[in-house]
Amino acid sequence: MHEMSLAEGIREIVEEAGRSQGFRRVRAVVLEIGQLASVEPDALRFCFDAVMKDGIAEGAVLRIDVMPGSGRCMDCGATVGINALYDPCPRCGGYRVQATGGTGMRVRELEIE
Amino acid sequence: MCNVCGCGAGEIRIENEPLVPGDHAPAYKWAPVGGRGAGRAQAHRHADGSGHSHAHADAGGAAVFHPGERADGSLDYGHGPAGAHAPEISQARLVAIERDILDKNDGYAGRNRDWLGRRGILALNLVSSPGSGKTSLLVRTIEALQARAEVVPVTVVEGDQQTSFDAERIRATGAPALQINTGKGCHLDALMVGRALERLDPPAGSVLLIENVGNLVCPAAFDLGEAAKVVVLSVTEGEDKPLKYPDMFAAARLMLVNKIDLLPYLSFDLARAIEFARRINPRLEVIQVSASSGAGLDEWLGWIDAQRLAARDAQP
Repeated sequence: MHEMSLAEGIREIVEEAGRSQGFRRVRAVVLEIGQLASVEPDALRFCFDAVMKDGIAEGAVLRIDVMPGSGRCMDCGATVGINALYDPCPRCGGYRVQATGGTGMRVRELEIE
Repeated sequence: MCNVCGCGAGEIRIENEPLVPGDHAPAYKWAPVGGRGAGRAQAHRHADGSGHSHAHADAGGAAVFHPGERADGSLDYGHGPAGAHAPEISQARLVAIERDILDKNDGYAGRNRDWLGRRGILALNLVSSPGSGKTSLLVRTIEALQARAEVVPVTVVEGDQQTSFDAERIRATGAPALQINTGKGCHLDALMVGRALERLDPPAGSVLLIENVGNLVCPAAFDLGEAAKVVVLSVTEGEDKPLKYPDMFAAARLMLVNKIDLLPYLSFDLARAIEFARRINPRLEVIQVSASSGAGLDEWLGWIDAQRLAARDAQP
């Protein structure tokens, strides 16, 4: 359940932003999750409400924007879109695709009041 | 429970001593090196009397909502998106944050990496499913490094949900080992390892082996400050495991295929397992070993030596 640790990371980021920027209520949290990142959006949603309880983002809406995965094919040199780490290159069919995009996960913005 | 960080009655234990609830700040006052905004320490006390400090980084960039000030000095709350202010109608606005969810862990991992780098210590993070033979392999590795004419000092951090069985097995070799029990946790994080470094204080030029919690999923996401993740796959598991648990094989630099002495008794397709792992990670290095027969051990020790010398040469 490392989604729980990630939810705690989100909580810390949100609480820190609240203290440094002087807001006390967060209505929505917008995340960017890469398609190739090691996190399952549904599992993260599942913990989010519990972890945000008693904080400035209690009851906040969680919006997750999934960023498409991409990689560079070491066989044909093309940068291609991939949906999973084990996908072959859609151009040449080779499996030597090194993931380069859609691997991150970050808090992009907050809707506050 | 702490309202600031959510820390509470934790179950994390180092050598059976609880990590004090809310006690987040390492003694050497490491602030996360998030890179965005200067760290600012903020101490606070909990209702139960315990205290700790958090390092706070400014997210930066976003303007703070201020009510408009009129010429007569009164404050105007009506210039927000809703155009009017009433307690029920909030002035919603968006604040850009742009921070990685793992910023804090990565900050601590960066500190661990600096600390290790300054001492020329090679740190390896060993990850696998439970039962792949990590601890037996570590015991065998330590014995081999200690049997050399020029002994290579090895220190071990053991991560398990419960018990200190593994640390005891390591200590039986004479190597210092520290057990971290993660309680309900599924992985080691960089702060736990930072704590372990303080306690163990491994010597310069040594090898630090971190045996992560047996789990092929979560430890992939958490950088501990190691030079490399080493994933152990034993031949008693399925050869399709790299495809079923791709994140770990993507994060690793080396795959040790363990228990190869059992290959004659199994239908495990070794070439297929390696091919699957390289589909995930084309640059993955592979060494076949057996902790019980000693097969492949020299190649594994040679790999450690190469990394060890690289860590020593990179020492400032």
